[in-house]
Amino acid sequence: MNRATEQLVYLVAAILFIVGLQRLQSPATARSGNAVSGLGMLIAVIATLLSAEILSPSVVLAGLVVGSGVGYWMARTVRMTSMPQMVALLNGFGGAASLLVGGAEFLKSELHAEQIPIDTGITIQLSLFIGAITFTGSLIAWAKLQEVMTGKPIVFPAQKLLSALLVLTVVGLSTYQLMTAESLLWPFYAVCAISLLLGILLVIPIGGADMPVVIALLNSYSGIAAAMTGFVIDNSVLIISGALVGSSGIILSQIMCKAMNRSLANVLFGAFGAAGPKGSAKSAAGLSVRSVTPEDAAIQLAYAQSVVVIPGYGMAVAQAQHAVREIQELIEKRGGEVKYAIHPVAGRMPGHMNVLLAEANVPYDKLREMDDINPEMERCDVAIVIGANDVVNPGARTDQSSPIFGMPIINADYAKSIIVLKRSMAAGFAGIENELFYNPKTSMLFGDAKQSLTKVISEIKQL
Amino acid sequence: MSESLIGGLVIFVLATFLGAALIGRVPPTLHTPLMSGSNAISGITVVGALIVAGAGLGWISTVLGFLAVVFAMLNVVGGYAVTDRMLLMFKKEEKR
Repeated sequence: MNRATEQLVYLVAAILFIVGLQRLQSPATARSGNAVSGLGMLIAVIATLLSAEILSPSVVLAGLVVGSGVGYWMARTVRMTSMPQMVALLNGFGGAASLLVGGAEFLKSELHAEQIPIDTGITIQLSLFIGAITFTGSLIAWAKLQEVMTGKPIVFPAQKLLSALLVLTVVGLSTYQLMTAESLLWPFYAVCAISLLLGILLVIPIGGADMPVVIALLNSYSGIAAAMTGFVIDNSVLIISGALVGSSGIILSQIMCKAMNRSLANVLFGAFGAAGPKGSAKSAAGLSVRSVTPEDAAIQLAYAQSVVVIPGYGMAVAQAQHAVREIQELIEKRGGEVKYAIHPVAGRMPGHMNVLLAEANVPYDKLREMDDINPEMERCDVAIVIGANDVVNPGARTDQSSPIFGMPIINADYAKSIIVLKRSMAAGFAGIENELFYNPKTSMLFGDAKQSLTKVISEIKQL
Repeated sequence: MSESLIGGLVIFVLATFLGAALIGRVPPTLHTPLMSGSNAISGITVVGALIVAGAGLGWISTVLGFLAVVFAMLNVVGGYAVTDRMLLMFKKEEKR
C-alpha cells in the first residue's frame, strides 16, 4: 500500500468514527453506530499492518492477541454496577498507550543519535506528559471507585503548590531536553516520572461523588493524548479521533459541572466534602423524622396513580435496580403510572443510573431528565427516593448558607408524599443536613434498599 | 513550525469543533455508552503502537511498542465490546 492509499484508508476510518458518534444521538441507532465505529477501527488496524514495515511480526501479533483477548474478557465479565471503574481503567490504558508510543519514538531517535526536530520534540513531550497523567490519574480514579482506597478527598498542606511546581519542573526539563544538543536520557525519565506522580496528585484530592466529572475529564485527556501521538507520528486519523474524544470528554465534564452549579476548577481543586459535616444554617435540632414500615410504604405505593422514582448512587450500591423494576411493574398492573427522574450527577459517572436501569429491563422512555420531570412533580402522588440525597435537597433551592445552594435539584418535596429509602440518617456526600427528611410529607424507610424493596414487593402482592 | 505540524493543527481544531457539535446532541441516557465508545475510539493510538512495535528498533523500543499494542487493544476491544453489551440492554417500552 502506498502512502496516498494509506492516507485515504485512514480518512475512511475517520469518517466511520464520525458516523458512529452521530448514530449515538438516539438509543435506536446507537448500537449500529458502535459497530460502524468499530469497523473504522478494524480498517485502520489492517491498513497499518499492510503498510507499515513490520520487521517483528511475532511481537505485533502477540500484542494484538493479548490486548484483544484480555479486553474482550474484561468487557464480558464486568458487572454493570462496576461500569464507572471499567471506564476509568479503559481511559488509563489509552493514556498508557500514548505514553509508551511517545517514549518509544523518543528513545528511537536518541539511541540512533538523531537530532529530533523541535516541533516533533514538543509533541513527544506533550504525548508523554498527558499520557502519563491520564494513566496514573485513571488508576487512582479506579481505586477510589473500586473502594481499594478511600473515596474521601486526600489533602495535605501546600498540595496545589507542589503540583504547580512539578508542572513547572516538567516544562523546564522538557525545554532543556529540546534545546540541548547533547543526547540525554535523564530529563526524559524525569519528565515521565514527574508526570506519573502528577496524575496521582491531581486525582487524590477529589471526592467520590465528584468522580463523574473526573472520569469525563480523563476521557478527554486520553483523547488529547492520542491526538498528540498523532502529531508525533504525523498521522491524521489519530489527530482527528483524538480531537473528537477530547472534545467529547470536555463537553461531558461541563454538563456535569453545570448540574452541580460548580466550576471545573472548584471540582478539581476544591476538595469538596473534605471538611466533613458543616454547620448549615438550618440544623436538624428539634425536628423529627417519621419512619415507616414496609407495609405502610406498600399501601402508599399500591394506591398511587402516579409514582416518580428518584434513584441515586445508593441504588447502585444496594444493587436494587431489579427490585425497583419489579415494583414499577406491580404498580403499573394496578393501573398506576411510574416514571424515573434522573439527575445528571446521580451515580458515579455520566449516565450511570440509565445503564443500571436498562440492565434491569426498564424501558428508556420511562426515564426523564431533571428539567422534564420537575414541572410534573406537583401532580405526583408518591416520589420514592432510593439512595439519593444531595440531588433532592431542597436546601439547594432555599438555603443560601448551604454549600450546595444554587445546584439544580429534582423537586421531590413538591410531590404529594415522599418515601425515602436510606440506610441511616447519615449526611450525604456534601456533609449537609437534608430538610426533605424532616418534611411532614416524608416517610423514611430505613435499611438496605434492596431488602426494603423486596419486603415492599411481597406486601403489595398481598394487597 | 513545519508544514505538517500546521496541517495537523488545522485538522485538530476543526475536529474538536466537530466533536463538540456531535456530542452536544447525544441524550443523557446514552452518556455512559458514549464515554466507553469514544474511549474505544481513542484506542486509535494502536496505529502508532503497531508501527513502533513492528519496526525492529532495538529491544527497548520493541518492548515499549509491544506494551503499547497491548494497552491500546485493551482500550479498543474492551471499549467496543462493553459499549455493545450496554447498548443491547437499552429497550423501548413494548407496545401493548
